[in-house]
Amino acid sequence: MRILGLALRRLASSLPTLLIILVGLFLLLQLAPGDTVDALVAQMGGGDPAMIEELRRFYGLDAPVAVQLANYLWRLVSFDLGFSATYGKPVVGVILERLPATLLLMVSALSFAFAAGMALGVIAAKRVNQWPDTMISTLGLIFYATPSFWFGLMGIVAFAVRLAWLPAGGFGTIGSGLTGFAHVLDVAQYLVLPTLTLSLGFLAIYLRIMRASMLEVLTLDFVRTARAKGLAEHGVVVRHVLRNALLPMVTLIGLQAGTMLGGSVVVESVFSLPGLGRLAYDSVVQRDLNTLLGIVFVSAVLVIVINFLVDFAYAYLDPRIGAGR
Amino acid sequence: MKTTRRTALLTGPALALSAAMPSVLQAQAQDTPKRGGSVTVHMQGEQRILNPALRASTGVYVVGGKIMEALVDLNAKGEPEPVLATSWQSTPDGKTITFKLREGVSWHDGKPFTSADVQYTAMEMWKKHLNYGTTLQLYLEAVETPDAHTAVFRYSRPMPLDLLLRALADLGYIAPKHVYEGTNALENPANTAPIGTGPFKFSKYERGQYVIAVRNENYWRKGFPYLDQIVWRFIPDPAAAVAAIESGQIQMSAEGALPLADLDRLKKDPKFEVSSRGNEGNAVMNTIEFNFRRKEIADHRVREAILRAIDIDFFCDNFLYGFAKRASGPIPTSSPSFFPKGTPQYPFDPKKAEALLDQAGYRKGSDGKRFTLRLVPAPWGEDIALWSTFMQQSLQQVGIGIEIVRFDAAGFLSNVYKDWNYDLATGWHQYRGDPAVSTTVWYRSGSPKGAPWTNQWGWKSDEIDNLIDAAAFEIDPVRRRQLYAEFVTKVNTEIPLWMATERLLISVTNKSLQNHHNTPRWISSSWADLWIKS
Repeated sequence: MRILGLALRRLASSLPTLLIILVGLFLLLQLAPGDTVDALVAQMGGGDPAMIEELRRFYGLDAPVAVQLANYLWRLVSFDLGFSATYGKPVVGVILERLPATLLLMVSALSFAFAAGMALGVIAAKRVNQWPDTMISTLGLIFYATPSFWFGLMGIVAFAVRLAWLPAGGFGTIGSGLTGFAHVLDVAQYLVLPTLTLSLGFLAIYLRIMRASMLEVLTLDFVRTARAKGLAEHGVVVRHVLRNALLPMVTLIGLQAGTMLGGSVVVESVFSLPGLGRLAYDSVVQRDLNTLLGIVFVSAVLVIVINFLVDFAYAYLDPRIGAGR
Repeated sequence: MKTTRRTALLTGPALALSAAMPSVLQAQAQDTPKRGGSVTVHMQGEQRILNPALRASTGVYVVGGKIMEALVDLNAKGEPEPVLATSWQSTPDGKTITFKLREGVSWHDGKPFTSADVQYTAMEMWKKHLNYGTTLQLYLEAVETPDAHTAVFRYSRPMPLDLLLRALADLGYIAPKHVYEGTNALENPANTAPIGTGPFKFSKYERGQYVIAVRNENYWRKGFPYLDQIVWRFIPDPAAAVAAIESGQIQMSAEGALPLADLDRLKKDPKFEVSSRGNEGNAVMNTIEFNFRRKEIADHRVREAILRAIDIDFFCDNFLYGFAKRASGPIPTSSPSFFPKGTPQYPFDPKKAEALLDQAGYRKGSDGKRFTLRLVPAPWGEDIALWSTFMQQSLQQVGIGIEIVRFDAAGFLSNVYKDWNYDLATGWHQYRGDPAVSTTVWYRSGSPKGAPWTNQWGWKSDEIDNLIDAAAFEIDPVRRRQLYAEFVTKVNTEIPLWMATERLLISVTNKSLQNHHNTPRWISSSWADLWIKS
C-alpha cells in the first residue's frame, strides 16, 4: 500500500514536468523552419503548389498553432497520441513497434556496463596504484574519450567486414522464420556489437565511480571492525564494502537511463536498428510532430519509471534510507 | 564453284565467326539465367508511401516499381517500350492519344487489369496528387474507355506524344481502381502494401528495417521474374551501408547514397561494379541559384563573374573523384535527344571575373572584399556540402565574401523558396528525361511563392516564358528539339540560375548480379530479368 501511495505521489509530481516538456517541444518545433510537408516534398523531389496545399490540409497544418496545440493536448488527455505523418498510422503503433529494440539495447547495455564497470572498479580499487589499476584506469579513459559511433564503425569493419564473425547491422536475420530459442540466439548475435558500442562509454564512468567509492568505503571504521572480527577478505569486500559502495552507482543508473535513450540515436543509426532513437531523429528531420511528441512522452515515462525503481533499490541496499519515511 | 572476290570477302568473316562460335556458345551456356535466389538492396531513407502512382521519386520507384507497373518503360536506347500499354497513337492535332492495353494481365489480388484502372489512376492520382504528374496532366480533360483494353486520353491543348511517352515511364504507373475507389487515396492502406501487376508481389514492410517482395507466379511475362525475392534494407548511416555491401549483407546500393570516398575505394575492388551505367535517366546537377532581389546579383556582370571565378573542372576531378563533369546548361549530355551544342559558356577565368566586378562598380575594399553574400546549401548529398565550401573559397579569391548558412531539408526549402531568405543557394536539379517534365519550371515565371524548385529568383523573361510554352505544346519532335536548343542558348546568356556540374547517380552492385543497369532508368524498372550467378 505504501508503495502504491509513493508511486502515485511520484506520478503526480512528474505530471507538470511532462506537460511543460511537451508544450515546450511543440512550440520549439514551430520555430524550426519548414513543416512536415516541406520535408515530404524534399524527399519526393518536387511537387506543384496546389498539391502541396492539399497535403497541408491533409496533415492538419492549415489550422493556427494554438488550435493545433489545444487539439494535441486534448487528445493526449484521452491517451490518444495522434496520427504519424511519416508512417501513416497511429503514433502508439509506431512507437510500440520500435520500443522492443530500444529497450533490449538499453537493458543489455546498462547491465553490461554496470556489471563490467563494477567488476573492473573493484579490481582497480583492490590493487590501487599497482599495474592492474593503471591498466584498467587507462582503458577506462580510452573508452570514455572515444566517440561511440567510431567504436561502432571500427567494430563493424573488424568483426563484420574483415572477420565475418558478426553481422554488420540489422535486428535479426531477415525472413529467417526462426522461432523460440533459435530466434533469441539470432537476435542476440545482432545485438553484440551495438551493446558493446553503447555500453563502453558508460562502462568507463561506472568503473571510475566504483573505484573511487570503493576506496572511500574501504577506509571507513566498520571495514576495520569487520576485518578485526576476523572476516575473510572476500567477505569484507563483498558483504560490507561493495554493498555500501554501490549506492552512487545506483544513482547513476537512474540518471543515465535518459542519457542512454539519447545516446542510442547514434548506435541505432550505425547498426540500422529499428529503435526509438532513430525514430526520434527521423521525426525531427521529417518534422513529424506527433511522432516526436509521442516519443518524448514515452521516454519521459520510461525515465520516471526507472527512477522510481532506483529509489526502491536504495531502500534495499541501505535500509537507513527507507527507514525515515 | 568459282570463288569470286565477292564471296571470298563474304566467307572470310563467316569463317572467323564460326571459329569463334564455340567459345561464344560456351559463354552463353554459362550465362543462362538461373531462377531463384534473393537479392538485398540498400535503401537510405524510409519512404512514407510505396505507391509510384502517387509519389514520383526514385526512392519510391526503387521499391514500388517492382510491384506496380507503368504504361510504358524505356528500353536500352532510351525509347519507350510497351509495358501495360501495347501500342499508342496520337491524332494529328495532338489532343487525343489512344492507348491499347495489354490483355490477360491481372492484379496481385486476382482481379483483371482493365482500362477502368487506367482511367481512375490518370484522373484521380496523376491529375490530383502525383508530383510532376499534376503539371504534366494539367490539360488532361478526360480518359475514355470504349472497351476494357483501350484508353483514350483527351487533352484540351496539344500534348506532344514523345513528351508524354517519355514522361509516362516515370509518371505513368497504374494503381488498381477496385482497391482505391471511394477511399481517400492518400490514406489508403495499399499505399504501404501496394497491389500491382508487376513481377514481384508485396510481402512485408517492417518499418525502420526492411521491405520484402516475392515472385509473382502469375506474371504476364511468362517465365519471369528470375528472382524469388527482393529485400530492401533501410540503412541510414552511409558508412554502415558500405560495411553491409562489403560484408555481402546487401548486394546493391542504387540511389547514389554512399560516400564518394568509399565509391572511389570500392571501384578498385573486383567484387563490385561501381558505375553510373543504367542511371542515364537520373542525372543530377549542382546548381547555383541567384536571388535577384540582391542588387549586386541582379547585375549580369556579377553573375557572370561568379561563374568565371569557380574552377568547375577542378572541383569535379578532385572533390567528386571524377564522377561528375562541368555542365553546359540546364540539359545534361546524358539526354542526347535534347542536349544542344554550341551554347554560350563561361570558362574559368578569375582575371576576367575581377575585371567584370570592377566594371560593375564593386571595387575591393581595404579588407580585400567587394561585398558579402549569404549562401544556403541544400542538406542532401555530400557533394553539395563540398560544392558550397568550394564556391566560398573560389569567390573569396575574387573578393566576394561568402557566409554559408546551413539548414535541414525542411528548413532549406522554406528559407529559399518560401521566404527568399538567401543570396545564393545551391542544391540539385534532377533532370528527368525531358526538359518539360523537370527543368523549364526552374525558369518559367508565375510559380506561386513557396513552390520548391521553381523560379523564385525574382527574375522574369517574357521571351523565355513564351519559348517554354511553345515547346511544351509543340507536337513535332524536331521542332521541339530546336525550341529547347533556343531555350538553352537564351538562359545561358541571361544566367537566371546556373547548372554547374552534371553527373549520374552511381550504383554499387555486387558482380554476382546479372542483367542489371541495362536501361536508362534501370533502378526504377521492374527487375524482372535480374538474376544471380553463383
